[in-house]
Amino acid sequence: MDSMEVLVNKEYKYGFVTDVATDTVPAGLNEDIIRLISQKKGEPEFMLNWRLKAFRHWLTMEEPHWPNFTYPKIDYQSISYYSAPKKNPKANSIEEVDKEILETYEKLGISLNEQKRLSGVAVDAVFDSVSVATTFQETLAKQGIIFCSMSEAIQKHPDLVQKYLGSVVPPTDNFFAALNSAVFTDGSFCFIPKGVRCPMELSTYFRINAAETGQFERTLIVAEEGAYVSYLEGCTAPIRDTNQLHAAVVELVALDDAQIKYSTVQNWYAGNKQGLGGIYNFVTKRGKCAGKNSKISWTQVETGSAITWKYPSVILLGDNSIGEFYSVAVVNNHQNADTGTKMTHIGKNTKSTVISKGISAGQGNNTYRGQIKVVPNATNARNYTQCDSMLIGNKCSANTFPYIEVRNTSSSVEHEASTSKIGEDQLFYCKQRGIDTENAISMIVNGFAKEVFKNLPMEFAVEAQKLLGISLEGSVG
Amino acid sequence: MIEIKNLHANVAGKEILKGIDLSVHAGEVHAIMGPNGSGKSTLAQVLAGHPAYEVTEGEVIFDGKNLFDLDPEERAQEGLFLAFQYPVEIPGVSNSYFLKAGLNEIRKHRGLEPLDAMQFLKLLKEKMKLVEMDSSFINRPVNEGFSGGEKKRNEILQMAVLEPKLAILDETDSGLDIDALKIVADGVTKLKRPDNAAIVVTHYQRLLNYIVPDFVHVLVNGRIVKSGTKELALELEASGYDSVKDAAAVA
Repeated sequence: MDSMEVLVNKEYKYGFVTDVATDTVPAGLNEDIIRLISQKKGEPEFMLNWRLKAFRHWLTMEEPHWPNFTYPKIDYQSISYYSAPKKNPKANSIEEVDKEILETYEKLGISLNEQKRLSGVAVDAVFDSVSVATTFQETLAKQGIIFCSMSEAIQKHPDLVQKYLGSVVPPTDNFFAALNSAVFTDGSFCFIPKGVRCPMELSTYFRINAAETGQFERTLIVAEEGAYVSYLEGCTAPIRDTNQLHAAVVELVALDDAQIKYSTVQNWYAGNKQGLGGIYNFVTKRGKCAGKNSKISWTQVETGSAITWKYPSVILLGDNSIGEFYSVAVVNNHQNADTGTKMTHIGKNTKSTVISKGISAGQGNNTYRGQIKVVPNATNARNYTQCDSMLIGNKCSANTFPYIEVRNTSSSVEHEASTSKIGEDQLFYCKQRGIDTENAISMIVNGFAKEVFKNLPMEFAVEAQKLLGISLEGSVG
Repeated sequence: MIEIKNLHANVAGKEILKGIDLSVHAGEVHAIMGPNGSGKSTLAQVLAGHPAYEVTEGEVIFDGKNLFDLDPEERAQEGLFLAFQYPVEIPGVSNSYFLKAGLNEIRKHRGLEPLDAMQFLKLLKEKMKLVEMDSSFINRPVNEGFSGGEKKRNEILQMAVLEPKLAILDETDSGLDIDALKIVADGVTKLKRPDNAAIVVTHYQRLLNYIVPDFVHVLVNGRIVKSGTKELALELEASGYDSVKDAAAVA
């Protein structure tokens, strides 16, 4: 009820622009630009070579067009691949961060001031191409946890970066991953050493501010033997009537008995009611359960972006490892989402669970695409998949494309799917109890998505519920 | 409380209500009886504002306001309650969350402070005792997996919590065994006050053994053909609806 009352904000409330002087490289993509980015970031030689190799491979690749939507051709030469606030791109302490930027995060509800924050969450704030602040670094360092921007990791922990970067998503993996590998600018790096349970939630808040730029972040999380970490990711962007490209890569590595829980609330600008503007969100997220008894969980709430192309996956390599994917994807107006997961069972007794809740409103088009693959040696693999779609109104659509490939006889794969419509009767019932249409929809939809929300950390779940209500405002009558 | 004048209503272009006149005052219980298809449920749905029904003629004044100027949620907030014949399931939304949302909207409309979780739970538990409902229903999703009887009892619970001025019970007795019927009827009787009123829509007389009406109206083919006191219900039980149908045809 209380969270429902907050639904007064009718439009995308994160659509403002921060006026801050930036250092932006000219539009266009070539080896010189990549050298320039690498140089600006003061990277070691190995990183530049890695980028160039990825770029050369990217040139040989074709943009994929198999998703269940179409969009205008992206001109990769018209995008600027690096934009950073001019003053003090990476401050040594919060006090040194540009006031305008601090205010931006305050406005977004993310306080970078450690005293003001809940002590349970450490934040890495990424503004356009660079990380502007990371909180609680020292507290975490006492337990050997490294939580910093990717740029900092490349400079201070090159051995770890070299060991794990690209070990889950190789630079050649797909078109957008190759592009990201060539031009990625920042992101977060988390390393949880053996036997350590990370005492607080780690989070990164991504903010696109500059126009005509792309955001290409790279996140790498490594949990050593027996380690545990819960990581949250949030994202917003200003309202602009041109489309902006966001192509991120996230890699997770869990060694023996380690556990990584990764939660996303994606709220990039989705475009206006006519479908003008919005973020093109092409993301490669993959986790590797490298060790035995390891576990990786993805929980995502996708409400933003004009286009979402995203399949957080788990490679279940270690015996007895567990992969989970919980997703709520909402499309309204002219949004398109093609999202789902890949669970690849390689180790013995591996288990995966997939719960996907798609909500379509307006003229939105929502697609679940998932692959469950069990190799011949993955004896006793288990998968359970449940895909539910909810339709609001008559102009939206929902699709499900499950791909199932099982190559041994001891495994079991279950798939359940349902499609429902918010009916007039359901709405009328709520209204008859005094609840208005928008609150009723919000309530029904939140009930529908409950199984996923309960996997989110508490504060995030509240935020996600509000977001769901806001993104569906005006979707009925 | 409510004044219905010459009410005509269509569903899917077909006229179902053909001129209903009915006045209900505070403190009264009215029973509306009639054969299947006579328009009893339509009347209940039209008063609550279901969008599938179109009012073509007539007016309804509820507590001094023109009912048809109000959206369904405003009617509820003004104190009109419909106990549904077929209560709807809302998966994933707990009974208590749903009911708290409704109650607080109604309280807001009346200029009252919303109840917090603790206050609400206390109220809910009291009311659950009234309808003899197990406390496990607090956290179960609204009507999901409820038996027919449990759904009906849940409707009465909602009525008890929301404390409407006018409650319309649409065939609340259908699908209930005699024990459940007694509990439901008992709940309704306990909730009766001098400042509220109820319209009980039913096909059978048996509910009226437990909820004693002040007035009984017989609805046939979209019109009230006969009104009387509780004896009329017994008469109908004995002679069936055909006698009134015939009387209506002759008249």
